[in-house]
Amino acid sequence: MIRRAALIPAIAALALLSGCGAKVQSAMDPAGPEAGRIAGLMWFFIILVSVIFVVVMACVLYALFRGPRGIEQEPLERTHAPSTATEEKLTRNVTAATVATVVILFGLLVASVVTGRAISSLGTAKNGITVEVTGNQWWWYVRYPNDIAQWTVVTANEIHIPVGRPVQIRGTSNDVIHSFWVPNLNGKIDLIPSRVTERWIQADRPGRFRGQCAEFCGLQHAHMALWVIADPPDKFQAWMNAQLQAPQPPGDPELQRGQQVFLNHACVYCHTIGGTSAMASVGPDLTHFGSRSTIAAGTLPNTKGNLGGWITDPQNVKPGNHMAVVDIKADELQPLIDYLESLK
Amino acid sequence: MRRIAGLACCILALTSCQREKRDVRPAPVRTVTFGSAAREDTIEPGGKLPQYQAVNPYDRSAWAISEGQRLFDWYNCSGCHSHGGGGIGPPLIKTTWIYGGEPDNLFDTIVKGRPNGMPTWGGRIPEYQIWQLVAFIRSMNKEEPQSATPARTDEIQISPTLKQKVNGVTK
Repeated sequence: MIRRAALIPAIAALALLSGCGAKVQSAMDPAGPEAGRIAGLMWFFIILVSVIFVVVMACVLYALFRGPRGIEQEPLERTHAPSTATEEKLTRNVTAATVATVVILFGLLVASVVTGRAISSLGTAKNGITVEVTGNQWWWYVRYPNDIAQWTVVTANEIHIPVGRPVQIRGTSNDVIHSFWVPNLNGKIDLIPSRVTERWIQADRPGRFRGQCAEFCGLQHAHMALWVIADPPDKFQAWMNAQLQAPQPPGDPELQRGQQVFLNHACVYCHTIGGTSAMASVGPDLTHFGSRSTIAAGTLPNTKGNLGGWITDPQNVKPGNHMAVVDIKADELQPLIDYLESLK
Repeated sequence: MRRIAGLACCILALTSCQREKRDVRPAPVRTVTFGSAAREDTIEPGGKLPQYQAVNPYDRSAWAISEGQRLFDWYNCSGCHSHGGGGIGPPLIKTTWIYGGEPDNLFDTIVKGRPNGMPTWGGRIPEYQIWQLVAFIRSMNKEEPQSATPARTDEIQISPTLKQKVNGVTK
C-alpha cells in the first residue's frame, strides 16, 4: 500500500522531467560554462534536498509505525510529562536536527554564492565580443558595435555568436522592463529602460538555442522569442561579412516593384533597409531580412506564406502588436514578399 | 445572496467600460467622409447640404489615446511640434487653430498636409492611426476625458489647474 502511494508521485515527477526533452530551450541541457554551473548547482540542490526528503519521510514513517513504548511503565499521573531520560533524548535529537538544518542551509548558501561568482567571472575574459540587445514591445533589437561605424551590424531577433568565445550581452529597453533569457547559455538578465545591464554568455558547441522574454511585458510577451545561433568561428565570420555587405539595388523588375511598394507604404516609417530611403528605427531592421530564420520575433518560420500572412494581417498573428495594418493591394503583395525575401 | 448581487453588478459595470476597449484588429482602410468642419469654404455645389459631423471612432478610448501618444513619437510628429509646445511647426497645445481644432479638422490636416511644412500623411499611414493621433492631440488640450488621458509624462504639459474641456464644454 505504502509502496503504491509512493509510486504515483514518482511517476508524476518522471513525467515532468520527460517534458524537458526539448533541448533548444532548457536549462537542463547546458551548452556553455555559465549554464553548466547553473545546471550543476540545480542538480546539487535537487539531489541533496531529495536525500533530506527521504530521510525525513523515513523518520516520520518510523515514528508512525513503531510500537508504543514507555508510556505503560509510567504512572498514570505522569503520562503527559516525559521521563528525564526521554526528555534528554528528545533534546539531543532536536538539537542535532537543528544544527544539521543550519549547516545544510549554510552549505546551500555557499554553493549559490560560489556559482554566482563563477558566472560573473567570465566578465574578465579578454577575447570577448560585445552584443547590444534592446528589448522592445515585442521584439529584440540586436547590434554588434564596432569602433568603425560601417562595421557595425544591426539585426533583430537573432543573435549569431562564435563557439568558444565569451560574448558580453549589454542589455537595455526602449519601453518597459523585459528579460533576456537563453536557458541553455546563462540565467536571466533584466533589460531596463535607460539603464544598461550586462551578462556574459558562451557556447561551447554549435547549435541553435531559443531565448524568451522572461519578464511580463504586455499583450504579446509570450510571442517575444529570439534565437541564439552558435557557429564555428569561420562560419560566424562568414555570417558577419554577409551582414556587412550593403544590399544591391534589385535588378529584377518584379523585385524593383516590391521595393517601390515598400518605400511607398507605411513600412518605410518604421523599418530600415540599408541602401534605400527607409531609415526609420522603431521597427526591426530589414536590411538582411531574408537571411533570418523566423519572423515576428520567433513567432513563425520565415517563409513566403507566413510573411504574406504577417504583412496582410499582423494583428491576427500577434494581436495588439505595434505592426500597423497597412493597406497593401492584392497585386502589390507578391512583389513585396519576393523583395523582402531577396534581402539575404 | 446580496453579496452575489453586488458582485454581479460590479462585473456588469466593468463590461460597460468603454475607455479600455481595444480594437486591435482595425480595418486597414476606412473610406473617410469629411465632416463639415473640415471644409475650407462654405460654398457647396448644388446649394447647402445637410450638416455632417465626422466622428472619431477612438474618441474617449484610453488605449487609442496612448497608441496615439506612441505614434506621435514614432512618426516624429514631436520632431516639429515638440510634444505640443511647437518649434519648427506650430504648437498643438492651444485654443486658436489655423485650420480648425475639431476632430475632423485635425484628421484633415494630417491626411492632406498643410502649406509651409506639414507633410501629407494620407495614403502613407493607415487611417485608424491618424484617428488615434487625433485623439491624442485632443487629449493634450484636455478635450478628451481626464480618465482616458495618459498619465503625466516628462514632456511639456497643459497646466493641471486648467479646467477639463470635453467636446467644447468646460467642466
